[in-house]
Amino acid sequence: MSDPVFVSTLELSAGLVLLCAVVTLWRRSLSAIVKALAVQGIALGAVALILGLRHHDGILVAVALLVVVAKGFVIPALLGRVVAGDPTSREASPLVNVPASLVGAGALTFLAYGATGPVVALVPTTAGRLIPLGFATLLVGFFAMAVRRKSVSQIVGLLLVDNGIALVAFLATAGVPLVVELGASLDVLLLVVVLRVLAAQIGTRFGALDLDQLRELHD
Amino acid sequence: MFALLAFGVPFACGLVAAFLPWRRGIGWLCTAGLGGVLACGIVLATQVVHRHPVTALGAAVRVDALSAFMVIVIGAIGFLATWQSVRYLTEEISAGRCSRRHASLYSVLVQGFVTAMLFAVLAGNLGVMWVAVEATTIATAFLVGHRRTKKSLEASWKYIVICSVGIAMAFLGTVLVYLADLHVGGHSHASLNWMSLMVVSHHLNPGVMRLAMGLLVLGYGTKVGLAPMHSWLPDAHSQAPAPVSALMSGVLLGVAFYALLRFKAIADGALGVTFPRTLLVAAGLLSLLVATSLLLAQRDYKRMLAYSSIEHMGLIALGAAAGTPLAIAAVLLHILGHGLAKGVLFLSSGEILHVEGTSEIAQVRALLVRRPALGGIFAFGLAALLGLPPFSLFVSELNMLRAELQVGLGWVAAISLACMVVIFAAMVTHGRGMLLGARPEGEPTHGTPAVVAVPLVGGLVGCAALGVLAWPLSALLHAAAHVVAI
Repeated sequence: MSDPVFVSTLELSAGLVLLCAVVTLWRRSLSAIVKALAVQGIALGAVALILGLRHHDGILVAVALLVVVAKGFVIPALLGRVVAGDPTSREASPLVNVPASLVGAGALTFLAYGATGPVVALVPTTAGRLIPLGFATLLVGFFAMAVRRKSVSQIVGLLLVDNGIALVAFLATAGVPLVVELGASLDVLLLVVVLRVLAAQIGTRFGALDLDQLRELHD
Repeated sequence: MFALLAFGVPFACGLVAAFLPWRRGIGWLCTAGLGGVLACGIVLATQVVHRHPVTALGAAVRVDALSAFMVIVIGAIGFLATWQSVRYLTEEISAGRCSRRHASLYSVLVQGFVTAMLFAVLAGNLGVMWVAVEATTIATAFLVGHRRTKKSLEASWKYIVICSVGIAMAFLGTVLVYLADLHVGGHSHASLNWMSLMVVSHHLNPGVMRLAMGLLVLGYGTKVGLAPMHSWLPDAHSQAPAPVSALMSGVLLGVAFYALLRFKAIADGALGVTFPRTLLVAAGLLSLLVATSLLLAQRDYKRMLAYSSIEHMGLIALGAAAGTPLAIAAVLLHILGHGLAKGVLFLSSGEILHVEGTSEIAQVRALLVRRPALGGIFAFGLAALLGLPPFSLFVSELNMLRAELQVGLGWVAAISLACMVVIFAAMVTHGRGMLLGARPEGEPTHGTPAVVAVPLVGGLVGCAALGVLAWPLSALLHAAAHVVAI
C-alpha cells in the first residue's frame, strides 16, 4: 500500500469512527442509532485492517476480521432485536436536546486533543496523530450514557466507549496482545447479551425500556 | 499444580452444577470446592513464602506471596458464602420464589464468579487480569438481580452499567501502560507481563504513565467502590441475595484493590511515590467522607453494611497510599479481616431478613433476647467491623494509621480517625436499636439452626484469632507486602 493511500484511508476510517459516534447523538430513532453503531464497528475493523496490511501483521488482519464480524454485525443484530420489540423506539426526551448535544460533542473533541498530548508525543506516526479521535469517541460515549434515557441508548453509549478504546489501542500499539484482545472481545459480547436480557426484564417489569422508571433505590 | 487446582476445582463444581438438576448435594459439593480452594491457597502460601514464585501454563499463571494470600482470602470467605447459599436456595425453593433451574443458574454463576476472581489474582499478565475482573461483573449481574424484584433489577442495571464504564477506563489505562512498555528501548517483547513491567518500570514514559495511573485508579476504583464512582455499591450489595453480598463485599472489592496494588507498584517505579499517593489519598478521603455522611441517617441495615464497605475501602486506599511494607501488610490483613467480618454480617443480615421479613433498621428490635444466637453473632460481627479488639481489624487499622504517620501523612490519619469515630457512634446507635430492647409480651425465644450459626461463628473466631495470633500469617503478610511495597 503506497503512502498517500495508506494515510488517506486510515484518516478516513478513523474519522468515520468518530463521525458515527456523533451521529448517535444527532439521531433520535433507536434503529438509526444502532445502524450508526454497526457502521462504526466496520470502520473500526477497517482501521485495524489497514494497519495490519501496512505492517504485514497477520494477527492484526485476523483481529480486524473479528472486529468487523463482532462489532459490525453480531452486536448490532443483538441490539436490533431489542429495538424491534420496543413500540416507542425513539429517544423522545433526552436530558440534553440534540443541538446542545452536538455542541457538547464538539467541545469533547477539543478536550480529547488537549488531554492526549503526552500520548501523541510518544507515537510520532500517522496513526499516532489520529489517537485523539479515539479519545473523542470515548468521551462522546460517556456523554451519550449520561444524557440518554433509553436502555438501548445506554448500551450503545457503553459500546461507543469500548470502540473508542479499541481505536486508541489499534492506533497507539497496533492492538493489545492477542490473548487479551480475544478475552476482551468475548467479555464485550457477553456484556451485551447480559445487558440485553436485563433490558428485556426491565421492559416487562416496568412496562417500558425507559430508565427514568429506575428510581426506587436512593438514600 | 496447586495453582491450577485452585481455579480448576470451582470451575469443575460449576460444570457439575450446570449439568445436574439442583439439589442440596450440589450445594454442598460447591461448598467443599471452596474449602478445596482455601486448602490450595494455604499450600501455595507455604510453597512461595520463602522461595521464588511458582508459575504454570507457560507464565500465564504466576503465584507469588501476594497472589497466594488473595487465594486464601477468596477461599475463606467463599467457603462461608457457599455454605450459606445452600440454605438460601433451599428456602427460596420451598417458598416457591425460585425454580430448580434458577437455583442451578445461581450455583453456576457463583462458581464462575469465584473462578474469575481466582484467575484475576493468579494471572501473570495484567491484560488477562483485566479480562478476569471484567468477567466478575458479567457473572454477578444476574446474581444481583436473582430475586427478580423491581428493586433488584434496577440495582443490577446500575451495577453493570457503572462498573462496565469504570472497567473500560481501567482497560484504557492498561493499553496506555502497554504503550509505555513498547516504547522502552531495547525491549522487544512487551506483553503486559507484570514481572517484565516491574523490571522496566523506571524507564516507562512518565507523561503516559500519569494518564494511565489516573485512569486505572478511577477504573479499578469503581470496582473497589471508591468515591466518586461508588454509587452502584449500596444498591447492588443491598439488593443481592445475602451470600452474593458477602462475596461481593468481602472478596470482590479486595480483588479489585489487588489489581490497583499491582499497578501502583509499577507507577511507583515510573513516577515516584508522590503521584500515585496523591491519587489514592484523594479517592480514600472522599470515600470516607461519603460513607460517614450517608451512614449517619441510614435506615436500612443492608445499605448500612454496604456504606461501611465504602468506608473500609477508603481506609485501605489510604493505607496503600502510605505504601511502606508495614502499611501494605496492614492493608492485606485488613482485606482479610474486613472480608470475614463483613461476610459474617451480610450472611447474618440475610438470616435476619429471612426471619423478620424487613430490612429496615427501625422494624427490627430486641434481637438479643428474641433470637440470642443470631443477635449475638450480629453483635460480635459489628464489634469486629468497628475495629474493637481482639478482632484483626483493630490491629490492621492501628498499623495503617501508624504507617501513615511515619510517611508524613499525619493529617490524613487525623481525618480518617475522626471519620472512624463518627462512624463508630452512628453504627453503634443503629446496632443498639436492632439488638437491645425488651421482649414483646408472650413471644418465645427463637433458636437459630446450627447449620446457619456454625459458619458464622467460625468466621468470627477466625477474625479474632488473626487479631490475637498473627504468627500463622505474619511471614506470608511480610513476603506479600514486599512484592508491591515501596
